[in-house]
Amino acid sequence: MDFQLTADQRALRDGTRELLARRFGRDRLRAAVDAPALDRGLWRELADAGFFALRLPEADGGVGLGLPEAVLVFEEAGRALLPGPLVAGQLLAGAVDGVATGERIVALCDGATDPALWEHPADCDALIFLDGDAPAHAARAYRSAPADVARAPFASVDPLTPLARVTGPACTVPQPGLDVPRLRREAALLTAAQQLGSAARTVEMAVAYARQRTQFGAPIGSFQAVKHLCAGMLVRAELARAAVYAAAVTEDALDVVGAKLLADEAAVRNARDCLQVYGGMGFTWEADVHLHLKRAWLRAEWWGGAREAEERLADALAG
Amino acid sequence: MDLAYTEEEEAFRARLRSWLAEVLPKLPPPPAATDWPGRRAHDAAWQRMLHDAGYAGLHWPADAGGQGATPTQHLIFLEEAERAGAPYVGANFVGLLHAGPTIAAEGTAAQRARWLPPILRGEEIWCQGFSEPDAGSDLAALRTRAVRDGDDYVVTGSKIWTSHAEVADWCELLVRTDPEAPRHRGISWLAMPMDAPGVTVRPLRTLAGSTEFAELFLDEVRIPVGNRVGAEDDGWRVTMVTLSYERGTAFVGEVVACRRLLAELARTARADGRWDDPVLRRRLGRLNAEFAALWRLTQWNVSEAQGAGGVPGAGGSVFKLRYSHARQELYDAAAEVLGGRALDADHPWVAGRLSALAYTIAAGTSQIQRNIVAERILGLPKGR
Repeated sequence: MDFQLTADQRALRDGTRELLARRFGRDRLRAAVDAPALDRGLWRELADAGFFALRLPEADGGVGLGLPEAVLVFEEAGRALLPGPLVAGQLLAGAVDGVATGERIVALCDGATDPALWEHPADCDALIFLDGDAPAHAARAYRSAPADVARAPFASVDPLTPLARVTGPACTVPQPGLDVPRLRREAALLTAAQQLGSAARTVEMAVAYARQRTQFGAPIGSFQAVKHLCAGMLVRAELARAAVYAAAVTEDALDVVGAKLLADEAAVRNARDCLQVYGGMGFTWEADVHLHLKRAWLRAEWWGGAREAEERLADALAG
Repeated sequence: MDLAYTEEEEAFRARLRSWLAEVLPKLPPPPAATDWPGRRAHDAAWQRMLHDAGYAGLHWPADAGGQGATPTQHLIFLEEAERAGAPYVGANFVGLLHAGPTIAAEGTAAQRARWLPPILRGEEIWCQGFSEPDAGSDLAALRTRAVRDGDDYVVTGSKIWTSHAEVADWCELLVRTDPEAPRHRGISWLAMPMDAPGVTVRPLRTLAGSTEFAELFLDEVRIPVGNRVGAEDDGWRVTMVTLSYERGTAFVGEVVACRRLLAELARTARADGRWDDPVLRRRLGRLNAEFAALWRLTQWNVSEAQGAGGVPGAGGSVFKLRYSHARQELYDAAAEVLGGRALDADHPWVAGRLSALAYTIAAGTSQIQRNIVAERILGLPKGR
């Protein structure tokens, strides 16, 4: 047993962090808040860096890595608040032409959720819809051209993630080659990885702010009331990290459910505590804290929310 | 990231498992919680069996008489021992987890030869004389005085929260040897024989009704200078070097036990017709994720320690914070499952609920752990 990152995994994480800092730094993030259309140049660059083809075999032009590596990359995406249907890109790279290379942007919509939401509808070249009426093990995937999908406007709480509500089942053309239960499981895990990245990032933001902000003649981070908030944030993030990384290794369905539950909690609660440490500044539009919180809320609803997760974990206990 | 155990680790597990299956049925039933001499004898007998089978001081270095096992092998040992229902480390806790490693790391050859083998054989029991009535979380405020008189220190003061004091042979004692020095200096580490004249033990009754620990009153106790481990006035450093070991793997068996109890709670709730209560179900479901993750965090921390040559990192504080809280939540959930039966002091879950209350206080309160995490890991400034 060696449950730590390998040297290669650390290099992948660091390289991804550098790429995102260079290509999607704070200026780009804030520009995207005002104009959330996806940057196709950036999308292709992510593809060139192996973002989507990470797990495809090298013979098929992929990078030949595994789920743990994908989790590390998605953790970095979560830290950087990188917008777009990234999970769909990673999961559909081998199934839909042009996704691996970043030429086509495709979103995933889970028909089992209510409302069924579609992220970045204006940027997508296709929508893959997971049938929510069939029992989970028999669910199938369908592919639609965006123009063919019946939708209603939906005012997204997250300024970086425009949404539409899919109003009818988009079950026109079956999309072959997709194992839907596995797709859902991996989508949950990669979403949890993004939550983990966000949770770790808001700890850093809160700590940096608490060191620099002075009140009563001292940095507020020297006060135990603030210090203990920050310590609690780290504990949440580190517990979620252990759960998410372990689920990436085992690929066990229940491990994924538990990891998503803890990562959702870490991302949402850490963003809340970060907002509290920021004080009045945390309540402003200019501070990035609300962007983490709103995205965390969104991701917490997708691919299995708290109620569903806790029920599944309870069933497994009583089994 | 590899969660699979190596062939060597699996072989170690298999050997251990068959040994446990062979010896545990021969073990006499555990004595009553109030029977301290009986508990000491039971724990000592178990330690002797471990010693004779080559499992004593598993995580101690080989040159200290230990097995030089890796942190992962130690993890496997604690996991398997708990699964098999083996006794806990019990009265040997301080000797094996703190006093022993301290002597191994800082003692002279003669001190190691005198004290380590009897700990490994279960022949001598150690207790810890660190906290004082006015020095708890602020341990460096300790005032128990040691004044040099010829070849002895003459020690006067009092200690508190000393577990196993009633049955201990030795006490690892922190004393102030230089009252003029800054607080963290001027402290020394002494091995005090518990039968020395001037030592009075007064058992303290916990809220659970048991006498798990005691107060020590020291009235001009003479302790040979040769019983000092490390340099005079260097006792703070000597102690802190090994304090992290106490946190590294101390809760491995307990996490395994908590996961078993959680499954038992769910089965009991279902058998009692309580499974249609979604609030209770979700509460137990959340605890399932919590304890599964605490197990993974244990594996993470152990792997980290293994990479760092056996030294546990600050991750122990992160773990302890979350685990101690989760343990209390677990027993509160047990009380919800029990309903009115949670008022029955004889129910084992009720005893567990009461003893869980110590977890956010003992070995560094949650507040002190948060300070440690905030200052040492996150780098926030010291302050009030």
